[in-house]
Amino acid sequence: MSEAIQSNIPEQAAQSASHAQHVHRDDFGAKIGMWLFLFTELLLFGGLFIIYMAYRQEYSDAFHLAAKELNMTIGTINTIILLTSSLTMALSIAALQRYKITLSLYLLTATILLAFGFMVNKYFEWTAKFSHGIYPGSEELTAKSSGEIVFFGLYYTMTGLHGLHVLIGIVILSFMFVFILRKSITPTNYIKLENSGLYWHLVDLIWIFLFPLFYLIH
Amino acid sequence: MGNHVLDSTYIDFYKEKGKYSGLFSWIFSTDHKRIGIMYLIGMVIFFLVGMTLGFLMKLEMLTKGQTIVDAQTYNAFFTLHGIIMIFLFIIPGIPAAFGNFFLPIQIGAKDVAFPRLNLLSWWLYIIGGLLAIFSLFLAGGPIDTGWTFYVPYSIRTTTNVIIPLLAAFILGFSSILTGLNFVTTVHRLRAPGMTFFKMPLFIWALYSTAWIQVVATPVVGITIVLVIVERLFGVGLFDPALGGDPVLFQHLFWIYSHPAVYIMILPAMGVVSEIIPTFAKRTIFGYKAIAFSSLAIAFIGYFVWAHHMFTSGMSEAARFVFSLLTFLVAIPSGVKVFNWVATLYKGSIYPAVPLLYVMAFIFLFSIGGLTGLVLGSLATNIHVHDTYFVVAHFHYVMFGGTAMILFAALHYWFPKMFGKMYNEKTAKVALALIFIGFNTMYFTMFILGYQGMPRRYWSYLPEYTALHHISTLGSWILVAGLLLMFYNLLMGLLKGEKAPMNPWGGTTLEWTVPSPPPLENFETIPTITHEPYHHTYEEEKA
Amino acid sequence: MSQEQHTAHKHQVGYGTYVLIWLVLLSLTVTTVAVSGINLGNFILFTALLIALVKSILVVNVFMHIKFDEPIFKVFLGVAIMTLLAVFILISFDVFFR
Repeated sequence: MSEAIQSNIPEQAAQSASHAQHVHRDDFGAKIGMWLFLFTELLLFGGLFIIYMAYRQEYSDAFHLAAKELNMTIGTINTIILLTSSLTMALSIAALQRYKITLSLYLLTATILLAFGFMVNKYFEWTAKFSHGIYPGSEELTAKSSGEIVFFGLYYTMTGLHGLHVLIGIVILSFMFVFILRKSITPTNYIKLENSGLYWHLVDLIWIFLFPLFYLIH
Repeated sequence: MGNHVLDSTYIDFYKEKGKYSGLFSWIFSTDHKRIGIMYLIGMVIFFLVGMTLGFLMKLEMLTKGQTIVDAQTYNAFFTLHGIIMIFLFIIPGIPAAFGNFFLPIQIGAKDVAFPRLNLLSWWLYIIGGLLAIFSLFLAGGPIDTGWTFYVPYSIRTTTNVIIPLLAAFILGFSSILTGLNFVTTVHRLRAPGMTFFKMPLFIWALYSTAWIQVVATPVVGITIVLVIVERLFGVGLFDPALGGDPVLFQHLFWIYSHPAVYIMILPAMGVVSEIIPTFAKRTIFGYKAIAFSSLAIAFIGYFVWAHHMFTSGMSEAARFVFSLLTFLVAIPSGVKVFNWVATLYKGSIYPAVPLLYVMAFIFLFSIGGLTGLVLGSLATNIHVHDTYFVVAHFHYVMFGGTAMILFAALHYWFPKMFGKMYNEKTAKVALALIFIGFNTMYFTMFILGYQGMPRRYWSYLPEYTALHHISTLGSWILVAGLLLMFYNLLMGLLKGEKAPMNPWGGTTLEWTVPSPPPLENFETIPTITHEPYHHTYEEEKA
Repeated sequence: MSQEQHTAHKHQVGYGTYVLIWLVLLSLTVTTVAVSGINLGNFILFTALLIALVKSILVVNVFMHIKFDEPIFKVFLGVAIMTLLAVFILISFDVFFR
């Protein structure tokens, strides 16, 4: 594997040259690590999608009934918001690569704001449901059929876990904003921003599947 | 090849002065060797706690009524015994202790790809362990669900479930980060000339294991989260009263927990592939077959999980498919055993302690593996599921398998890690006690199970008494052997003779650096020109 | 070459390509919403998932850059997806045949 030798020697040379306390730089390795982390997220949500599949099979009529409570318009708007935020994320990195730091920062800010918008919509969605008495453990929900209870259990768990990941994404991207300002991310050293972008696209991907499975069952 | 340290002017990693001193130089260290040792210390402590619980459980089973504890306490005992042994000893196991210490050295690197993440893994391990212990003393009392925390009982029980589950979640993260680190390290930090097919087989094993750690662990992560959410909010995903399906829980649980047993055994098999060439003075037979079989086990291991669920109410189609796949996964394991035995054939055998542990392993693991086929076959499974037969089976493979090799690894790499030698005679006596005690204790359980003794029962019918007595006696012999083994190693640590660089004549890279190694392992990174098990004996024979 | 030099020479996707992909994603979203209104019975789930799959392929290949990166990333992703898929298929043997 000559590719391994070529890519390894600079790493080993860098290691030999530096004292053990300095962490050597390996962008390729960092990207591998990030993708491996993304696989853990894939399997984490994958488990939930497996449960969704099992229960949709068991309770297909109840799922159709329960899904009527969901607001397709908000769901669609949120989908568009996340897709756009993926665009601004990718553009932010592209701008940085081309030494357009200010543009990159604007695009990163746009991504964060879109993420906020998503969460605001989510907040209104959820509180509207709470006010209709639809939440785990409520009298109204417990009175419904098993399939409907399970549907909403899945809805809150899956969109809730996804929302948590959006929040974490907002925090991560804010850190990246600061890193760009402080020049620990530069046009020749931006693996942190790239890896954050990978995370953000994953959050978008999860929603791409959540959206039809919850909002488009008619 | 390798580094020839001229005299003792090198500084070993214990003496290297960094930013911190004392305890902090350990718990804030990003040196993979210190992290490996800290894991080892933690694991030995947790093993002794788990062993004590097991000892007390066997004591309780001496009589059919209460012997020393009541039924509720007994339930907590077997739950904790399982949680500690599985999540705090065997899953971190060989990768955390010996993988951390030796992976970089065996591939000719100075450390892992992400040293700080490695330290975080250890911190998460400690936090998870402490949280699990802490949960014992909270209101509600210690968890009593069994380590498998099946629903609906885990949702209903008033004992403390959320905190130990949270601990397990944190431990899962620790495992994931280690896996992530090892995969990246193998891809990025191999020394010049070390192609994938010049890596030691231990590295192949660690690599395959690391993939399982990354891909399978998140599934139990989400399962844990869902049980916690169910207990807190009653979402209805697993609670049958609300429409949930308990069998679905079992699926999600075992989708991780079956691959988890391959996390346990693959590294052990990797160690066996290291020890046998060294003590047979021959290169390994069928290097590529063993390497690929590690990948095959990791891969097929994902597809057999529901053999834990044959009596749960699954469809007939599922039962058929999973039984078939279970028989398939035995094949690559068989390949390994055949290749190991072939390596020994006509070798120059030196029956040192590590090799004796490996011999014990081959015997015990074979019994464990073969009884797995009894469990994997649908008709016989109905008869022995949830009996002592299962308990005997998994102790043969996990204890007689992985743990025995963990002890083998300890005896093999002890001189390298600590720079000291232990007393070989005492070590052999300890092994004999362990072997005799183990078989006395656990073989009787196969018979008990076949005769119908259910597992996790605090009490039993009078007809099982004689075998329980024999099994408990076996546990005393076993514990005596284990304590002697640890005592012997401790004495070696404190008073043992200084160990040379290569006491066993091993040919992998760790035997080319001093005992113990210096901080960055190598003065200069070596360039690799040949396969790993290059023994001169064969050259002399030829 | 150093990490800095290597980074400077890396493949860069044009702004226009990203915007184009985004437009395709939006139109696929509109399509999937529109189609969901038509009564196709069970086929609707298949169609929705198919469209979601196409969207994912675009996001993973272009936005996440895997199309332009070294092959090892595609191999890794393949391994992870195959494993998840296998689990889905195997569990179906139970949940679809009870």
